[in-house]
Amino acid sequence: MAVITDDLVLPSRRFSLATAIRRNPTIAFGAVLLAALIIVGIFAPYIATHDPFKLSPINRLKPPSERWWFGTDQFGRDVFSRTVYGARVSLIVGLSVALFSSAVGLGLGLLCGYFRKVDGIVMRIMDGLMAIPSILLAIALITLSRPSLGIVILAIVIPEVPRIVRVVRSVVLSIRSQPYIESAIAGGTKNTKLLLRHVLPNTLAPLIVQSTYVCAAGMLIEASLSFLGAGVPPEVPSWGNIIAQGRTFFQIAPWTILIPGVFLAITVLAVNLLGDGLRDRLDPRLARRL
Amino acid sequence: MTAYIVRRLFATLPVMAVVALFVFFLLRFAPGDPAAIIAGEDATAEAIAAVRGKLGLDRPMVEQFFVWILQLAQGDMGVSIFSNLAVTRLISQRLEPTVALTLSTLFVAVALAIPVGVVAAWKARKLVDRLVMGFAVLGFAMPGFVLAYILIYFFAVQWQLLPVQGYRPIGEGLWPFVECLILPSVALGVTYMALIARITRASMLEVLAQDYIRTANAKGLATDRVLLLLALKNAAVPIITVIGIGIALLISGVVITETVFNIPGLGRLTVVAVLKRDYPVVQGLILVFAAAKVLVNLIIDISYAFLDPRIRY
Repeated sequence: MAVITDDLVLPSRRFSLATAIRRNPTIAFGAVLLAALIIVGIFAPYIATHDPFKLSPINRLKPPSERWWFGTDQFGRDVFSRTVYGARVSLIVGLSVALFSSAVGLGLGLLCGYFRKVDGIVMRIMDGLMAIPSILLAIALITLSRPSLGIVILAIVIPEVPRIVRVVRSVVLSIRSQPYIESAIAGGTKNTKLLLRHVLPNTLAPLIVQSTYVCAAGMLIEASLSFLGAGVPPEVPSWGNIIAQGRTFFQIAPWTILIPGVFLAITVLAVNLLGDGLRDRLDPRLARRL
Repeated sequence: MTAYIVRRLFATLPVMAVVALFVFFLLRFAPGDPAAIIAGEDATAEAIAAVRGKLGLDRPMVEQFFVWILQLAQGDMGVSIFSNLAVTRLISQRLEPTVALTLSTLFVAVALAIPVGVVAAWKARKLVDRLVMGFAVLGFAMPGFVLAYILIYFFAVQWQLLPVQGYRPIGEGLWPFVECLILPSVALGVTYMALIARITRASMLEVLAQDYIRTANAKGLATDRVLLLLALKNAAVPIITVIGIGIALLISGVVITETVFNIPGLGRLTVVAVLKRDYPVVQGLILVFAAAKVLVNLIIDISYAFLDPRIRY
């Protein structure tokens, strides 16, 4: 009989990394890739093999070799070291854009979904903002200020906020009519408590999923802006800037563009995979539609 | 139907009004002195005052607003600070290449992505489907300008099949015109294709699970007729929606693609205007691009009513 009871032992409740990875391969893959890039970003000074700013005209436009892993640019700067430092810019921009636009979007979305009077006005403004292509809106903001990392982040956050507001608002609208909210209102729960205790937790899963996509979009827009010459100051080694500076010599030194470009694509891929995985896990309703 | 179209038409007015207000107040409430920034790093006080006068920033805000709105209503978007040409004229000169690029991308993307999405749904969870979805995930992550350089490197530099960059008006012959648009359209369209292919697959899968599809299969209707006539037609609404949403992506992408391929369209005009801080031109371009986007949304909304008679607002 003892054999049978052994078979009936419930699966261990302990967290098992192997099981977690098997169940969510996209989350695991995206997270590992992203973690690797964050480590590269943090330890950039130790990973870089050369000074990313040091000009060395004798060694200009050298192809990838043992000494310059990713070759050098037209000023003789080491592309590998610049690419490693570029990870910092991309990650800082992506994470700050995700954080700030989620914070602002969450606040506005809660207000819009819950207070019908605010909704009309704020949503008209959001519709207007959404009508302007995000890169153009960011460009317009940057035209009117001196270039800096902070301004670039702000200019990307503003066009991304409406996307978060829409998601949060739609969740709040569907939650509002639930019986437990009505009974909480009938029971005399204050608005702030109702919003924070009963409505807010429901918005978190879609918010997290949406903010990973916003993070990826933020990285792409930053690189595009820098590429157009309207992004972070040109002396900062961001991937967009490295690519922009490589344009002139692209035909003889394609590595100055292709290598940072591939890094950008991999980073965006990692964040997108993380987002897809989280969506499938946290927000199955949305996952089924896509 | 007419009432619906008229109502949708009126609904675009507040959106455009918000865009116009935003563009107006952006310049007026920008941190620092926009006149000084536009005039440049080492401008004299007179030069800054001249820019301020030219933009009308020295007059009371209310007066500025009404003058601006009245001019805009007459189709006057002001004058470029650098070339002294009317902004409307600059924009209309550059319109053709951008329209050509957008339309050719739209055509390429829709013509490739919908069949691919249909096949992926038909062969769901088979190898073809996994390959298509894999490419779609890559397509989302690939920045347009990086792909553009990869394409140029192989097709123009290594194999010399297509021109590296440039634009030829259609007046110079059909092949030179098409030849210059192939690489830009692919580079611009790849994210868009990924988006359409994904939604086509998802929407088709939903329809293919319906009872009437099983009935059609059971009574022996040919597979291609089931897929195209029954399923695709009924899956069309989400696909059309995404085609519409994606045009916004194209409009953002145009700015970058035109820069990479040196196409003298609205995107190039935007970048040049930004680098020279020619605010009246930037302002005019934002209005034009936003109007284009609102117009596309309107067309999409109206097309729903034709595609799906159940939709009535």
